[in-house]
Amino acid sequence: MSALLEVKAVTKRFGGLTANHNISFDVAENEILSVIGPNGAGKSTLFKMISSFLPTTSGEVLFKGERISNLKPHIVARKGVVRTFQETTIFKSMTVRESVIVAQHLRAKASLAGYFWGSKTALADVAAFGAYADELIDFLGLGDIRNELASNLPQGHLRALGIAIGLATDPTVLLLDEPFAGMNHDETMQMVALVKKVRDDRGVTVLLVEHDMPAVMNISDRIVVLNFGEMIAEGTPTQIQNNEKVIEAYLGSADDEIGV
Amino acid sequence: MLKLTMGQWIGLGVFLAAIFIAVPALIAASGRTDFYFTLTSVALLSIASAGVWLMFYIGRINIGQGAFALIGAYVSAILVTKAGMSFWLTLPIAGLFAAFVAVLIGLPILRLRGVYFAMISLVLTQVVTLTALALPITNGAKGITSIPLPGAISIFGLTLVPDFASMENSRLAFYYTACFLMVLTFAAMYRLVNSRLGHICRSMQQNEELAASIGINIAYIRIVVFAISSFFGGIGGAMFGSIAQSVYPSTFVVTDSVNFMLNCFLGGLGYVFGPMLGTLVLYFGWDLLFESGKYQLLIYSSLLIAAMLVLPNGLLSLRLDMFRRSGK
Repeated sequence: MSALLEVKAVTKRFGGLTANHNISFDVAENEILSVIGPNGAGKSTLFKMISSFLPTTSGEVLFKGERISNLKPHIVARKGVVRTFQETTIFKSMTVRESVIVAQHLRAKASLAGYFWGSKTALADVAAFGAYADELIDFLGLGDIRNELASNLPQGHLRALGIAIGLATDPTVLLLDEPFAGMNHDETMQMVALVKKVRDDRGVTVLLVEHDMPAVMNISDRIVVLNFGEMIAEGTPTQIQNNEKVIEAYLGSADDEIGV
Repeated sequence: MLKLTMGQWIGLGVFLAAIFIAVPALIAASGRTDFYFTLTSVALLSIASAGVWLMFYIGRINIGQGAFALIGAYVSAILVTKAGMSFWLTLPIAGLFAAFVAVLIGLPILRLRGVYFAMISLVLTQVVTLTALALPITNGAKGITSIPLPGAISIFGLTLVPDFASMENSRLAFYYTACFLMVLTFAAMYRLVNSRLGHICRSMQQNEELAASIGINIAYIRIVVFAISSFFGGIGGAMFGSIAQSVYPSTFVVTDSVNFMLNCFLGGLGYVFGPMLGTLVLYFGWDLLFESGKYQLLIYSSLLIAAMLVLPNGLLSLRLDMFRRSGK
Protein backbone atom coordinates (compact mmCIF):
# COMPACT_ATOMS: atom_id res chain seq x y z
CA MET A 1 0.00 0.00 0.00
CA SER A 2 1.42 3.33 -0.99
CA ALA A 3 0.87 6.34 1.21
CA LEU A 4 -1.55 8.92 -0.20
CA LEU A 5 -1.46 11.26 2.75
CA GLU A 6 1.55 11.50 5.06
CA VAL A 7 1.49 13.23 8.42
CA LYS A 8 5.13 13.86 9.29
CA ALA A 9 6.25 14.84 12.78
CA VAL A 10 3.45 17.38 13.15
CA THR A 11 3.54 19.50 16.29
CA LYS A 12 1.16 22.25 17.39
CA ARG A 13 1.72 24.56 20.34
CA PHE A 14 -0.74 27.18 21.58
CA GLY A 15 1.50 29.31 23.77
CA GLY A 16 2.70 26.92 26.47
CA LEU A 17 0.18 24.21 25.63
CA THR A 18 1.27 21.44 23.29
CA ALA A 19 -1.89 20.25 21.54
CA ASN A 20 -0.09 17.83 19.22
CA HIS A 21 3.41 16.53 19.72
CA ASN A 22 5.39 14.87 16.95
CA ILE A 23 2.50 13.01 15.29
CA SER A 24 3.39 10.83 12.30
CA PHE A 25 1.26 8.39 10.35
CA ASP A 26 0.33 7.54 6.76
CA VAL A 27 -3.05 7.16 5.10
CA ALA A 28 -3.14 4.66 2.24
CA GLU A 29 -5.27 5.08 -0.83
CA ASN A 30 -8.88 3.92 -0.47
CA GLU A 31 -8.72 3.16 3.22
CA ILE A 32 -10.79 4.42 6.13
CA LEU A 33 -8.51 5.60 8.88
CA SER A 34 -9.83 6.92 12.16
CA VAL A 35 -8.10 9.17 14.63
CA ILE A 36 -9.51 8.57 18.10
CA GLY A 37 -8.71 9.70 21.61
CA PRO A 38 -10.37 11.02 24.74
CA ASN A 39 -11.63 14.62 24.88
CA GLY A 40 -8.79 17.10 24.63
CA ALA A 41 -6.42 14.59 23.05
CA GLY A 42 -5.76 16.98 20.16
CA LYS A 43 -7.83 15.26 17.47
CA SER A 44 -9.57 18.36 16.23
CA THR A 45 -6.35 20.36 16.18
CA LEU A 46 -4.68 17.68 14.06
CA PHE A 47 -7.69 17.66 11.76
CA LYS A 48 -7.52 21.41 11.27
CA MET A 49 -3.81 21.26 10.49
CA ILE A 50 -4.32 18.60 7.82
CA SER A 51 -6.91 20.81 6.11
CA SER A 52 -4.79 23.96 6.63
CA PHE A 53 -7.46 25.60 8.78
CA LEU A 54 -4.63 25.92 11.34
CA PRO A 55 -0.91 26.28 10.64
CA THR A 56 1.46 23.70 12.14
CA THR A 57 4.13 24.76 14.62
CA SER A 58 6.53 22.25 13.09
CA GLY A 59 6.32 19.21 10.86
CA GLU A 60 4.32 18.92 7.66
CA VAL A 61 1.50 17.07 5.95
CA LEU A 62 2.10 15.67 2.47
CA PHE A 63 -0.53 14.71 -0.08
CA LYS A 64 0.84 12.72 -3.04
CA GLY A 65 4.25 13.95 -1.94
CA GLU A 66 3.23 17.63 -1.98
CA ARG A 67 3.02 19.71 1.17
CA ILE A 68 -0.57 20.71 2.04
CA SER A 69 -0.05 22.05 5.55
CA ASN A 70 0.37 25.78 6.25
CA LEU A 71 -1.50 26.74 3.08
CA LYS A 72 -4.99 28.20 2.67
CA PRO A 73 -8.03 25.90 3.11
CA HIS A 74 -9.32 26.54 -0.41
CA ILE A 75 -5.96 25.56 -1.92
CA VAL A 76 -5.92 22.29 0.00
CA ALA A 77 -9.48 21.64 -1.18
CA ARG A 78 -8.36 22.35 -4.75
CA LYS A 79 -5.66 19.68 -4.42
CA GLY A 80 -8.29 17.14 -3.40
CA VAL A 81 -8.25 17.05 0.40
CA VAL A 82 -11.62 18.28 1.65
CA ARG A 83 -12.94 18.45 5.18
CA THR A 84 -16.49 18.36 6.46
CA PHE A 85 -17.74 20.10 9.57
CA GLN A 86 -20.00 19.21 12.42
CA GLU A 87 -23.64 19.83 11.69
CA THR A 88 -23.81 23.42 12.92
CA THR A 89 -21.61 24.53 10.04
CA ILE A 90 -24.00 24.62 7.09
CA PHE A 91 -25.47 27.08 4.61
CA LYS A 92 -28.56 27.72 6.74
CA SER A 93 -30.71 29.56 4.21
CA MET A 94 -30.01 27.27 1.29
CA THR A 95 -31.88 24.14 0.34
CA VAL A 96 -30.09 20.79 0.20
CA ARG A 97 -29.89 21.02 -3.57
CA GLU A 98 -28.61 24.61 -3.56
CA SER A 99 -25.93 23.67 -1.05
CA VAL A 100 -24.73 20.78 -3.17
CA ILE A 101 -24.78 22.97 -6.28
CA VAL A 102 -22.71 25.76 -4.78
CA ALA A 103 -20.28 23.19 -3.39
CA GLN A 104 -19.29 22.16 -6.91
CA HIS A 105 -17.09 25.23 -7.16
CA LEU A 106 -14.02 23.13 -7.97
CA ARG A 107 -15.78 21.48 -10.90
CA ALA A 108 -16.38 24.86 -12.55
CA LYS A 109 -14.80 25.37 -15.96
CA ALA A 110 -16.05 28.90 -16.62
CA SER A 111 -14.50 32.03 -15.13
CA LEU A 112 -16.35 34.20 -12.62
CA ALA A 113 -16.93 36.81 -15.34
CA GLY A 114 -18.29 34.03 -17.55
CA TYR A 115 -21.05 33.41 -15.01
CA PHE A 116 -21.92 37.10 -15.05
CA TRP A 117 -22.20 37.35 -18.82
CA GLY A 118 -23.69 33.87 -19.17
CA SER A 119 -21.00 32.41 -21.46
CA LYS A 120 -21.54 29.03 -23.09
CA THR A 121 -19.12 27.33 -20.70
CA ALA A 122 -20.93 28.89 -17.76
CA LEU A 123 -24.33 27.70 -18.97
CA ALA A 124 -22.93 24.20 -19.49
CA ASP A 125 -21.44 24.33 -15.98
CA VAL A 126 -24.73 25.35 -14.42
CA ALA A 127 -26.56 22.49 -16.14
CA ALA A 128 -23.86 20.01 -15.12
CA PHE A 129 -23.93 21.24 -11.51
CA GLY A 130 -27.67 20.64 -11.30
CA ALA A 131 -27.43 17.14 -12.74
CA TYR A 132 -24.51 16.15 -10.53
CA ALA A 133 -26.24 17.58 -7.45
CA ASP A 134 -29.26 15.37 -8.15
CA GLU A 135 -27.00 12.36 -8.62
CA LEU A 136 -25.21 12.95 -5.30
CA ILE A 137 -28.44 13.66 -3.46
CA ASP A 138 -29.91 10.37 -4.65
CA PHE A 139 -26.66 8.54 -3.88
CA LEU A 140 -26.79 9.72 -0.28
CA GLY A 141 -30.52 9.08 0.07
CA LEU A 142 -31.50 12.75 0.46
CA GLY A 143 -33.95 12.72 -2.42
CA ASP A 144 -37.04 13.40 -0.32
CA ILE A 145 -35.60 16.53 1.24
CA ARG A 146 -33.73 18.03 -1.70
CA ASN A 147 -35.76 21.24 -1.62
CA GLU A 148 -35.84 21.55 2.15
CA LEU A 149 -33.95 24.43 3.79
CA ALA A 150 -30.85 23.22 5.61
CA SER A 151 -31.93 25.04 8.78
CA ASN A 152 -35.04 22.81 8.97
CA LEU A 153 -33.17 19.50 8.81
CA PRO A 154 -32.63 17.10 11.71
CA GLN A 155 -29.12 16.14 12.78
CA GLY A 156 -28.84 12.90 10.81
CA HIS A 157 -29.74 14.57 7.55
CA LEU A 158 -27.38 17.43 8.27
CA ARG A 159 -24.47 15.01 8.61
CA ALA A 160 -25.40 13.42 5.29
CA LEU A 161 -25.71 16.91 3.77
CA GLY A 162 -22.23 17.71 5.10
CA ILE A 163 -20.90 14.65 3.32
CA ALA A 164 -22.81 15.58 0.16
CA ILE A 165 -21.22 19.04 0.21
CA GLY A 166 -17.80 17.46 0.70
CA LEU A 167 -18.35 14.93 -2.11
CA ALA A 168 -19.53 17.66 -4.47
CA THR A 169 -15.95 18.92 -4.63
CA ASP A 170 -14.76 15.59 -6.10
CA PRO A 171 -12.30 14.96 -3.28
CA THR A 172 -9.56 12.33 -3.23
CA VAL A 173 -9.46 12.39 0.56
CA LEU A 174 -12.49 13.30 2.66
CA LEU A 175 -11.87 14.38 6.24
CA LEU A 176 -14.90 13.78 8.45
CA ASP A 177 -15.19 15.67 11.73
CA GLU A 178 -16.95 13.46 14.32
CA PRO A 179 -19.58 12.07 11.96
CA PHE A 180 -21.21 9.96 14.68
CA ALA A 181 -21.26 12.43 17.57
CA GLY A 182 -24.56 12.63 19.41
CA MET A 183 -26.20 9.83 17.40
CA ASN A 184 -28.01 6.81 18.79
CA HIS A 185 -27.00 3.29 17.82
CA ASP A 186 -29.27 2.95 14.78
CA GLU A 187 -28.35 6.34 13.39
CA THR A 188 -24.68 5.57 13.91
CA MET A 189 -24.95 2.29 12.03
CA GLN A 190 -26.73 4.03 9.12
CA MET A 191 -23.95 6.61 9.03
CA VAL A 192 -21.28 3.89 9.15
CA ALA A 193 -22.92 2.24 6.16
CA LEU A 194 -23.06 5.58 4.35
CA VAL A 195 -19.37 6.34 4.92
CA LYS A 196 -18.41 2.84 3.73
CA LYS A 197 -20.56 3.36 0.65
CA VAL A 198 -18.79 6.63 -0.08
CA ARG A 199 -15.43 4.84 0.08
CA ASP A 200 -16.51 1.77 -1.89
CA ASP A 201 -18.61 3.39 -4.62
CA ARG A 202 -16.80 6.68 -5.02
CA GLY A 203 -13.24 5.53 -4.34
CA VAL A 204 -12.77 8.27 -1.76
CA THR A 205 -10.16 7.81 0.94
CA VAL A 206 -11.64 8.68 4.33
CA LEU A 207 -9.87 10.07 7.36
CA LEU A 208 -12.17 10.60 10.29
CA VAL A 209 -11.92 11.97 13.79
CA GLU A 210 -14.27 10.40 16.29
CA HIS A 211 -14.68 9.21 19.82
CA ASP A 212 -17.56 6.77 19.40
CA MET A 213 -15.57 3.57 19.98
CA PRO A 214 -17.95 0.88 18.64
CA ALA A 215 -18.52 2.82 15.41
CA VAL A 216 -14.82 3.38 14.91
CA MET A 217 -14.05 -0.32 15.48
CA ASN A 218 -16.70 -1.22 12.94
CA ILE A 219 -15.76 1.22 10.20
CA SER A 220 -11.98 1.60 10.27
CA ASP A 221 -9.30 -0.23 8.35
CA ARG A 222 -6.76 1.27 10.68
CA ILE A 223 -6.88 3.45 13.78
CA VAL A 224 -4.55 6.07 15.20
CA VAL A 225 -4.92 6.81 18.91
CA LEU A 226 -4.02 10.14 20.48
CA ASN A 227 -3.80 10.96 24.16
CA PHE A 228 -2.71 14.30 25.61
CA GLY A 229 -1.44 15.35 22.19
CA GLU A 230 0.80 12.30 21.81
CA MET A 231 0.24 9.43 19.42
CA ILE A 232 0.14 6.33 21.59
CA ALA A 233 -0.89 3.62 19.15
CA GLU A 234 -1.55 2.79 15.53
CA GLY A 235 -2.98 -0.39 14.04
CA THR A 236 -5.99 -2.42 12.99
CA PRO A 237 -9.12 -2.34 15.18
CA THR A 238 -8.18 -5.71 16.72
CA GLN A 239 -4.67 -4.53 17.54
CA ILE A 240 -6.01 -1.34 19.08
CA GLN A 241 -8.57 -3.18 21.21
CA ASN A 242 -5.80 -5.23 22.77
CA ASN A 243 -3.30 -2.42 23.13
CA GLU A 244 -2.51 -1.81 26.81
CA LYS A 245 -1.65 1.84 26.34
CA VAL A 246 -5.03 2.46 24.71
CA ILE A 247 -6.93 0.66 27.42
CA GLU A 248 -5.01 2.67 29.98
CA ALA A 249 -5.79 5.96 28.22
CA TYR A 250 -9.49 5.26 28.05
CA LEU A 251 -10.05 3.52 31.38
CA GLY A 252 -7.18 4.91 33.41
CA SER A 253 -4.46 2.69 34.94
CA ALA A 254 -4.70 1.25 38.42
CA ASP A 255 -2.59 3.93 40.12
CA ASP A 256 -4.11 6.81 38.16
CA GLU A 257 -7.76 6.52 39.10
CA ILE A 258 -8.32 10.10 40.05
CA GLY A 259 -7.03 12.71 37.68
CA VAL A 260 -8.23 12.11 34.18
CA MET B 1 -28.73 34.99 -20.88
CA LEU B 2 -31.05 36.94 -18.67
CA LYS B 3 -34.31 35.09 -18.34
CA LEU B 4 -37.18 37.18 -17.05
CA THR B 5 -40.77 36.11 -16.63
CA MET B 6 -43.56 37.97 -18.41
CA GLY B 7 -44.46 39.75 -15.18
CA GLN B 8 -40.90 40.88 -14.68
CA TRP B 9 -40.66 42.29 -18.21
CA ILE B 10 -43.88 44.22 -17.64
CA GLY B 11 -42.60 45.48 -14.30
CA LEU B 12 -39.36 46.60 -15.92
CA GLY B 13 -41.25 48.36 -18.72
CA VAL B 14 -43.54 50.18 -16.30
CA PHE B 15 -40.59 51.22 -14.17
CA LEU B 16 -38.59 52.56 -17.13
CA ALA B 17 -41.62 54.40 -18.49
CA ALA B 18 -42.25 55.89 -15.06
CA ILE B 19 -38.77 57.27 -14.49
CA PHE B 20 -37.99 58.34 -18.06
CA ILE B 21 -41.40 59.57 -19.26
CA ALA B 22 -44.00 59.91 -16.50
CA VAL B 23 -41.82 61.70 -13.93
CA PRO B 24 -40.52 64.38 -16.34
CA ALA B 25 -44.07 64.86 -17.67
CA LEU B 26 -45.48 65.26 -14.16
CA ILE B 27 -42.76 67.68 -13.19
CA ALA B 28 -43.35 69.74 -16.34
CA ALA B 29 -47.09 69.81 -15.65
CA SER B 30 -46.72 70.83 -12.02
CA GLY B 31 -43.82 73.20 -12.60
CA ARG B 32 -41.95 71.83 -9.60
CA THR B 33 -38.57 71.66 -11.33
CA ASP B 34 -36.84 71.51 -7.94
CA PHE B 35 -37.90 67.86 -7.86
CA TYR B 36 -35.35 67.13 -10.57
CA PHE B 37 -32.50 67.77 -8.17
CA THR B 38 -34.13 65.67 -5.44
CA LEU B 39 -34.82 62.74 -7.73
CA THR B 40 -31.38 62.95 -9.34
CA SER B 41 -29.86 62.80 -5.87
CA VAL B 42 -31.99 59.79 -5.01
CA ALA B 43 -30.83 57.99 -8.16
CA LEU B 44 -27.17 58.70 -7.44
CA LEU B 45 -27.36 57.87 -3.75
CA SER B 46 -29.12 54.63 -4.60
CA ILE B 47 -26.15 53.68 -6.80
CA ALA B 48 -23.82 54.13 -3.83
CA SER B 49 -26.30 52.28 -1.60
CA ALA B 50 -26.31 49.40 -4.09
CA GLY B 51 -22.61 48.94 -3.34
CA VAL B 52 -23.30 48.77 0.39
CA TRP B 53 -26.06 46.25 -0.27
CA LEU B 54 -23.61 44.05 -2.17
CA MET B 55 -21.32 44.06 0.87
CA PHE B 56 -24.24 42.91 3.01
CA TYR B 57 -24.62 40.12 0.50
CA ILE B 58 -21.23 38.65 1.45
CA GLY B 59 -21.92 39.29 5.12
CA ARG B 60 -20.10 42.57 5.70
CA ILE B 61 -21.67 45.71 7.16
CA ASN B 62 -20.07 48.55 5.24
CA ILE B 63 -20.48 51.95 6.92
CA GLY B 64 -17.73 53.50 4.82
CA GLN B 65 -19.35 54.08 1.45
CA GLY B 66 -19.14 57.86 1.98
CA ALA B 67 -15.36 57.53 1.78
CA PHE B 68 -15.50 56.05 -1.70
CA ALA B 69 -18.16 58.50 -2.87
CA LEU B 70 -15.91 61.34 -1.71
CA ILE B 71 -12.88 59.79 -3.41
CA GLY B 72 -14.88 59.47 -6.63
CA ALA B 73 -16.10 63.07 -6.42
CA TYR B 74 -12.57 64.40 -5.88
CA VAL B 75 -10.94 62.28 -8.59
CA SER B 76 -13.47 63.46 -11.15
CA ALA B 77 -13.34 67.10 -10.01
CA ILE B 78 -9.53 67.21 -10.03
CA LEU B 79 -9.26 65.58 -13.45
CA VAL B 80 -11.87 67.93 -14.93
CA THR B 81 -10.54 71.16 -13.40
CA LYS B 82 -6.77 70.52 -13.35
CA ALA B 83 -6.24 68.17 -16.30
CA GLY B 84 -9.11 69.49 -18.41
CA MET B 85 -10.43 66.01 -19.10
CA SER B 86 -13.97 65.34 -20.27
CA PHE B 87 -16.28 64.55 -17.37
CA TRP B 88 -17.52 61.42 -19.12
CA LEU B 89 -13.99 60.04 -19.17
CA THR B 90 -13.40 60.91 -15.52
CA LEU B 91 -16.57 59.08 -14.45
CA PRO B 92 -15.23 55.54 -15.01
CA ILE B 93 -11.78 56.63 -13.80
CA ALA B 94 -13.34 57.88 -10.55
CA GLY B 95 -15.07 54.52 -10.11
CA LEU B 96 -11.93 52.55 -10.89
CA PHE B 97 -9.80 54.68 -8.58
CA ALA B 98 -12.28 54.14 -5.74
CA ALA B 99 -12.16 50.40 -6.49
CA PHE B 100 -8.35 50.49 -6.46
CA VAL B 101 -8.32 52.19 -3.05
CA ALA B 102 -10.84 49.60 -1.86
CA VAL B 103 -8.48 46.79 -2.86
CA LEU B 104 -5.59 48.38 -0.93
CA ILE B 105 -7.70 48.99 2.17
CA GLY B 106 -9.63 45.77 1.81
CA LEU B 107 -6.61 43.47 1.87
CA PRO B 108 -6.00 44.02 5.58
CA ILE B 109 -9.50 44.89 6.85
CA LEU B 110 -11.73 42.41 5.02
CA ARG B 111 -10.48 39.61 7.29
CA LEU B 112 -12.55 41.23 10.02
CA ARG B 113 -16.15 40.18 10.43
CA GLY B 114 -19.33 41.51 11.96
CA VAL B 115 -19.09 44.52 14.17
CA TYR B 116 -15.30 44.72 13.81
CA PHE B 117 -15.45 45.33 10.08
CA ALA B 118 -18.35 47.75 10.58
CA MET B 119 -16.35 49.78 13.09
CA ILE B 120 -13.25 49.99 10.88
CA SER B 121 -15.33 50.95 7.85
CA LEU B 122 -17.02 53.66 9.90
CA VAL B 123 -13.63 55.30 10.36
CA LEU B 124 -12.86 55.32 6.63
CA THR B 125 -15.14 58.26 5.79
CA GLN B 126 -13.52 60.37 8.46
CA VAL B 127 -10.06 59.41 7.22
CA VAL B 128 -10.88 60.45 3.65
CA THR B 129 -12.48 63.70 4.85
CA LEU B 130 -9.37 64.56 6.88
CA THR B 131 -7.10 63.58 3.98
CA ALA B 132 -9.08 65.89 1.69
CA LEU B 133 -8.61 68.69 4.23
CA ALA B 134 -4.87 68.12 4.41
CA LEU B 135 -3.82 67.52 0.81
CA PRO B 136 -2.86 70.47 -1.42
CA ILE B 137 -4.40 68.89 -4.55
CA THR B 138 -7.88 68.79 -2.97
CA ASN B 139 -7.56 72.44 -1.94
CA GLY B 140 -8.33 71.80 1.74
CA ALA B 141 -11.50 73.14 3.34
CA LYS B 142 -12.12 75.50 0.41
CA GLY B 143 -12.75 72.46 -1.75
CA ILE B 144 -12.97 72.48 -5.53
CA THR B 145 -15.60 74.83 -6.89
CA SER B 146 -16.82 76.06 -10.28
CA ILE B 147 -16.45 72.64 -11.86
CA PRO B 148 -17.55 72.97 -15.50
CA LEU B 149 -20.65 71.08 -16.53
CA PRO B 150 -20.14 67.85 -18.49
CA GLY B 151 -19.32 68.42 -22.14
CA ALA B 152 -20.67 66.67 -25.20
CA ILE B 153 -20.01 63.06 -26.17
CA SER B 154 -19.68 62.49 -29.86
CA ILE B 155 -18.49 59.52 -31.85
CA PHE B 156 -17.49 60.07 -35.52
CA GLY B 157 -19.06 63.51 -35.47
CA LEU B 158 -22.37 62.15 -34.20
CA THR B 159 -23.39 63.84 -30.98
CA LEU B 160 -24.69 61.25 -28.54
CA VAL B 161 -24.91 63.54 -25.53
CA PRO B 162 -25.02 67.31 -26.05
CA ASP B 163 -22.93 69.76 -24.03
CA PHE B 164 -24.69 70.25 -20.67
CA ALA B 165 -23.62 73.91 -20.51
CA SER B 166 -25.39 74.74 -23.76
CA MET B 167 -28.66 73.24 -22.59
CA GLU B 168 -31.62 75.23 -21.42
CA ASN B 169 -32.45 72.64 -18.84
CA SER B 170 -29.36 70.84 -17.58
CA ARG B 171 -31.36 69.57 -14.62
CA LEU B 172 -33.36 67.33 -16.89
CA ALA B 173 -30.17 66.10 -18.56
CA PHE B 174 -28.65 65.28 -15.18
CA TYR B 175 -31.85 63.52 -14.18
CA TYR B 176 -31.76 61.34 -17.29
CA THR B 177 -28.07 60.58 -16.86
CA ALA B 178 -28.50 59.64 -13.20
CA CYS B 179 -31.49 57.43 -13.98
CA PHE B 180 -29.60 55.77 -16.80
CA LEU B 181 -26.66 55.01 -14.51
CA MET B 182 -29.01 53.76 -11.83
CA VAL B 183 -30.78 51.39 -14.25
CA LEU B 184 -27.39 50.12 -15.45
CA THR B 185 -26.18 49.57 -11.88
CA PHE B 186 -29.24 47.68 -10.76
CA ALA B 187 -29.35 45.62 -13.95
CA ALA B 188 -25.76 44.55 -13.24
CA MET B 189 -26.63 43.84 -9.61
CA TYR B 190 -29.66 41.79 -10.59
CA ARG B 191 -27.60 39.77 -13.01
CA LEU B 192 -24.83 39.22 -10.48
CA VAL B 193 -27.15 38.14 -7.69
CA ASN B 194 -29.09 35.75 -9.92
CA SER B 195 -26.00 34.15 -11.42
CA ARG B 196 -23.69 31.63 -9.80
CA LEU B 197 -21.67 34.58 -8.45
CA GLY B 198 -24.63 35.49 -6.27
CA HIS B 199 -24.85 31.90 -5.11
CA ILE B 200 -21.18 32.03 -4.10
CA CYS B 201 -21.71 35.35 -2.29
CA ARG B 202 -24.64 33.85 -0.38
CA SER B 203 -22.54 30.84 0.63
CA MET B 204 -19.94 33.22 2.07
CA GLN B 205 -22.60 35.23 3.86
CA GLN B 206 -23.95 32.10 5.49
CA ASN B 207 -20.69 30.40 6.38
CA GLU B 208 -17.24 31.54 5.32
CA GLU B 209 -15.41 28.52 6.69
CA LEU B 210 -17.62 26.06 4.86
CA ALA B 211 -17.25 28.16 1.71
CA ALA B 212 -13.47 27.97 2.05
CA SER B 213 -13.60 24.22 2.62
CA ILE B 214 -15.32 23.65 -0.73
CA GLY B 215 -12.52 25.47 -2.50
CA ILE B 216 -13.87 29.02 -2.77
CA ASN B 217 -11.12 31.60 -2.49
CA ILE B 218 -13.01 33.68 0.01
CA ALA B 219 -10.32 36.36 0.38
CA TYR B 220 -10.39 36.96 -3.39
CA ILE B 221 -14.19 37.12 -3.65
CA ARG B 222 -14.33 39.52 -0.70
CA ILE B 223 -11.85 41.86 -2.41
CA VAL B 224 -13.69 41.68 -5.73
CA VAL B 225 -17.03 42.46 -4.11
CA PHE B 226 -15.55 45.30 -2.04
CA ALA B 227 -14.01 46.73 -5.22
CA ILE B 228 -17.35 46.55 -7.07
CA SER B 229 -19.09 48.12 -4.08
CA SER B 230 -16.60 50.97 -4.00
CA PHE B 231 -16.79 51.38 -7.77
CA PHE B 232 -20.50 52.13 -7.37
CA GLY B 233 -19.65 54.54 -4.57
CA GLY B 234 -17.07 56.31 -6.74
CA ILE B 235 -19.45 56.62 -9.70
CA GLY B 236 -22.26 57.98 -7.54
CA GLY B 237 -19.94 60.46 -5.84
CA ALA B 238 -18.36 61.71 -9.08
CA MET B 239 -21.76 62.36 -10.66
CA PHE B 240 -22.92 64.10 -7.51
CA GLY B 241 -19.93 66.44 -7.56
CA SER B 242 -20.59 67.27 -11.18
CA ILE B 243 -24.19 68.27 -10.49
CA ALA B 244 -23.29 70.40 -7.51
CA GLN B 245 -20.34 71.74 -9.56
CA SER B 246 -18.33 71.65 -6.35
CA VAL B 247 -16.71 69.20 -3.96
CA TYR B 248 -15.86 69.89 -0.33
CA PRO B 249 -14.47 67.58 2.36
CA SER B 250 -17.96 67.75 3.86
CA THR B 251 -19.74 66.66 0.66
CA PHE B 252 -19.88 63.12 2.06
CA VAL B 253 -19.52 62.71 5.81
CA VAL B 254 -20.02 59.88 8.27
CA THR B 255 -23.77 60.59 8.37
CA ASP B 256 -23.95 59.90 4.63
CA SER B 257 -22.15 56.59 5.11
CA VAL B 258 -24.67 55.66 7.79
CA ASN B 259 -27.51 56.69 5.50
CA PHE B 260 -26.23 54.47 2.68
CA MET B 261 -26.42 51.57 5.10
CA LEU B 262 -29.86 52.58 6.39
CA ASN B 263 -31.16 52.75 2.80
CA CYS B 264 -30.29 49.08 2.42
CA PHE B 265 -31.84 48.12 5.75
CA LEU B 266 -35.02 50.02 5.03
CA GLY B 267 -35.46 48.71 1.50
CA GLY B 268 -34.61 45.15 2.43
CA LEU B 269 -31.34 43.22 2.49
CA GLY B 270 -32.91 40.28 0.70
CA TYR B 271 -33.96 42.23 -2.37
CA VAL B 272 -31.74 43.65 -5.09
CA PHE B 273 -33.99 46.66 -5.52
CA GLY B 274 -34.14 47.27 -1.77
CA PRO B 275 -31.50 50.02 -1.75
CA MET B 276 -33.33 51.90 -4.52
CA LEU B 277 -36.63 51.98 -2.67
CA GLY B 278 -34.90 52.59 0.65
CA THR B 279 -33.05 55.63 -0.69
CA LEU B 280 -36.24 57.08 -2.17
CA VAL B 281 -38.26 56.65 1.00
CA LEU B 282 -35.52 57.81 3.33
CA TYR B 283 -34.63 60.87 1.25
CA PHE B 284 -38.22 62.00 0.76
CA GLY B 285 -39.17 61.04 4.30
CA TRP B 286 -36.56 63.41 5.65
CA ASP B 287 -37.67 66.24 3.37
CA LEU B 288 -41.38 65.76 4.09
CA LEU B 289 -40.70 66.04 7.81
CA PHE B 290 -39.07 69.43 7.28
CA GLU B 291 -42.32 71.13 8.33
CA SER B 292 -42.04 69.66 11.80
CA GLY B 293 -39.08 71.93 12.51
CA LYS B 294 -37.04 71.06 15.55
CA TYR B 295 -38.84 67.72 15.97
CA GLN B 296 -37.74 66.57 12.51
CA LEU B 297 -34.92 64.29 13.69
CA LEU B 298 -36.97 62.88 16.56
CA ILE B 299 -39.94 61.91 14.37
CA TYR B 300 -37.67 60.68 11.61
CA SER B 301 -35.65 58.37 13.82
CA SER B 302 -38.74 57.12 15.66
CA LEU B 303 -40.36 56.19 12.36
CA LEU B 304 -37.16 54.47 11.26
CA ILE B 305 -37.00 52.40 14.43
CA ALA B 306 -40.68 51.53 14.06
CA ALA B 307 -40.14 50.50 10.44
CA MET B 308 -37.30 48.19 11.39
CA LEU B 309 -39.31 46.62 14.20
CA VAL B 310 -42.42 46.04 12.13
CA LEU B 311 -40.62 45.14 8.89
CA PRO B 312 -37.26 43.66 9.85
CA ASN B 313 -36.75 42.41 6.30
CA GLY B 314 -37.31 45.81 4.76
CA LEU B 315 -40.10 47.52 2.87
CA LEU B 316 -39.96 45.11 -0.06
CA SER B 317 -40.90 42.18 2.19
CA LEU B 318 -44.34 43.77 2.37
CA ARG B 319 -44.84 43.33 -1.35
CA LEU B 320 -43.68 39.70 -1.33
CA ASP B 321 -45.96 38.83 1.55
CA MET B 322 -48.89 40.14 -0.43
CA PHE B 323 -47.85 37.97 -3.37
CA ARG B 324 -47.66 34.92 -1.15
CA ARG B 325 -51.06 35.52 0.36
CA SER B 326 -52.63 35.78 -3.06
CA GLY B 327 -51.30 32.29 -3.68
CA LYS B 328 -48.25 32.90 -5.85
